[in-house]
Amino acid sequence: METKEIKVLKDILSTNNQVAEQNRRLFADRRIMAVNVMSSPGAGKTTLIMRTVEALKGKARIGVIEGDVSSSIDAEKLGKAGVTVIQINTGGGCHLDAGMVNVALHNLPLDDIDILFIENVGNLICPGGFDLGEALRVVILSTPEGDDKPHKYPLLFSRAHAMVVSKSDLLPYVSFDLDEFRRVFQGMNQKATLFTVSGVTGEGIKEWGQWVLQNLERVRKGERILA
Amino acid sequence: MHEMAVTQSMLELVLQEAEKAGASKVVTVNMVIGEMTGIVDRCVETNFELLSQDTPAKGAALTFRKVPVKARCRSCGHVFHPAEILWQCPRCQSTELELTGGDELYIESIEVE
Repeated sequence: METKEIKVLKDILSTNNQVAEQNRRLFADRRIMAVNVMSSPGAGKTTLIMRTVEALKGKARIGVIEGDVSSSIDAEKLGKAGVTVIQINTGGGCHLDAGMVNVALHNLPLDDIDILFIENVGNLICPGGFDLGEALRVVILSTPEGDDKPHKYPLLFSRAHAMVVSKSDLLPYVSFDLDEFRRVFQGMNQKATLFTVSGVTGEGIKEWGQWVLQNLERVRKGERILA
Repeated sequence: MHEMAVTQSMLELVLQEAEKAGASKVVTVNMVIGEMTGIVDRCVETNFELLSQDTPAKGAALTFRKVPVKARCRSCGHVFHPAEILWQCPRCQSTELELTGGDELYIESIEVE
């Protein structure tokens, strides 16, 4: 039988991207700001969300989609703090995709949410390729992980809208060169705002919270933040 | 590990395109994969073998055209492939770099019967 070649030229993740666009439209219609939070395991995603909830009390209603390989420890932590939270267990999957988020959205009281944090699975590689329909991408790097991480994971770092260096209270004890990190990161990504925070001392949380609120204002006006 | 999701999506696309063309068998899938995506060929092949059972794509050969990470220096304009763990222009040492390639992830073509 004769073989023929068919030109395809289609993004392998185009199905994911289509669902992500559906999510994005749904968020825009409801004036919800969706924030995709990514980091390695243990960098402080849940802690940052908890501190944000406290900082924005009375100013914005926050919901959380909690992505984990398994367990609901983080969701319980957030639930106890009075946050509207829904758990996605990927069952071994290393990232969230737009379809998982779409299912979760149908189980969240969207009318009661202004900011939806989507806490991705702890991983600096896989989540980078999957658009979830978010308005903002936040990458967290904790100081014990070392300042060299942008060299190793340029995909994730170069696409962030906010870069949060967490566990700043540990800076005196670890070899994290904040100036070197800033130099490399900002060379790679000019548009992101850089924050240095500590969930323990509260350093930087106020500035971070203000930035989140400023972006929420833009979303409320119907602006599309993500290019 | 995201190879499973990538392979699943790839197979769905391949089957759609093959059906559109009225083909009965997919012989080859030609992909373009940027280095930054972290995709491991062997994983995709293994997943593909599993997932394509009982489909017209069973037994198809997969080819991977790898695209290296490419950066352009905003200070001096030099275009280069960043060394593995050094994000710095080799000509002027600036870190003001712009990524211009290496994040590709698409199917270029398929060969069918």
